[in-house]
Amino acid sequence: MTQKVVSTTINGEPVQFLSEPGGSLLTALRDELGLTGSKEGCNNGNCGACNVVLNGELVNSCCVLAMEVEGADLLTIEGVAQGDQLHPLQNSFLENAALQCGICTPGFIVAAKVLLENEPDADEARIRHWLAGNLCRCTGYDKIVRAVLDAAEQMRQPAAT
Amino acid sequence: MQARNYVAPSSIDEAVAALQAGNGANRAFAGGTDVIIQVRENRRAVDTLVDIKSIPELIGITHKPDGGLRLGAATPCAQIYRDPQVKARFPALVDSASLIGGVQIQSRASLGGNLCNSSPAADSIPTLIALGAIAEIAGPSGRRNVAVEDFCTGPGQNVLQPGELLVALEFPSPAANSGAAFERFIPRNEMDIAVVNAAANITLSADGSTFQAARIAIGAVAPTPLYVAAAGQALAGKPVNDDSIAAAAEAARAAATPITDMRGSAAQRKHLVGVLVTSVLRTAIDRARG
Repeated sequence: MTQKVVSTTINGEPVQFLSEPGGSLLTALRDELGLTGSKEGCNNGNCGACNVVLNGELVNSCCVLAMEVEGADLLTIEGVAQGDQLHPLQNSFLENAALQCGICTPGFIVAAKVLLENEPDADEARIRHWLAGNLCRCTGYDKIVRAVLDAAEQMRQPAAT
Repeated sequence: MQARNYVAPSSIDEAVAALQAGNGANRAFAGGTDVIIQVRENRRAVDTLVDIKSIPELIGITHKPDGGLRLGAATPCAQIYRDPQVKARFPALVDSASLIGGVQIQSRASLGGNLCNSSPAADSIPTLIALGAIAEIAGPSGRRNVAVEDFCTGPGQNVLQPGELLVALEFPSPAANSGAAFERFIPRNEMDIAVVNAAANITLSADGSTFQAARIAIGAVAPTPLYVAAAGQALAGKPVNDDSIAAAAEAARAAATPITDMRGSAAQRKHLVGVLVTSVLRTAIDRARG
């Protein structure tokens, strides 16, 4: 069992951490780097609570080995807000009360962000289909979908000058 | 449990050497959506995980001059279903690749991995069989080809020998006036394991009135995904009508030997084979007629 140093970029910052060969990216984020926003739900690729963006692609960080992200570019929920400025999705989740216990929320926001950046005009059916890999046991999904639709509308507005 | 080592070879020769070194205890992985979880949950003991995604030949989509298609075995589903030419010419592959897991899985999971995992309910294997795909395998003694319908040998088992690696999937050019489709039945809309799945690939006469050839495959109804040659033979030379389709569906039902488990009863699965084969044939006919 050889531990290795992994060098990567997380939320724009160069980062190094130590990993065991079979350790997951999720474990590295949470236990080595203190980035505990990504949650462990199922730890087997079903629930989406650990979603991060790896080289532009939405992935379950529990299904990625930490050693695979050598040289990669990662975005986690911690990188979604700009300083004190919440992302429109984060505001929209608050305003729409799109969470109860909150465990699934970081995954939903990261997943929805990837969708809206690629498909700003995503409709309700598309949003529901895209978020099929994210499970929420509290809300019944309706408020989440409404929050994403609202955020999409805000994100489509031209920035105020 | 965790794997004890991780290596990411950059060539096929290095990968074969790394797999061979383990005497069967080392395991190749691409997206890892099956293998990483199997190791974590103690369903598979692995000494060294061999990450094959750094091998250039393993990732990519090549549309060949003869109209055929070559998919690197580790190419993620999302890359496959975003490819405009795959969409236009191999829509059945898009059917399969876009319903394996959610988007988080599709950005990592590969069709090669789905084949090597060799689940009886795998959602790409019936499509690969229907399309006549060939599995190109590299090993200590060179390369060999295996038709996908001969690849799986039992649940989770296949023809790969220690030291061997699936390199690519090769598809022949779709025939003129042909069409193919895949469907699965699950109790919800997404993110579930097939109760039954089915794929068909048909070639019609130029006027679209007669079946010239057909390949039909079904899944989750036997220890491996099944190529049902008899269902295709039932269609060859027959007019495109409900009776012909019903005869093919009946042949597929006859070939199915399902079990009863938490996902469905044997009787339900038999019934679903008929429903799905009928449905994929209708979609394939529509696609063949353009």
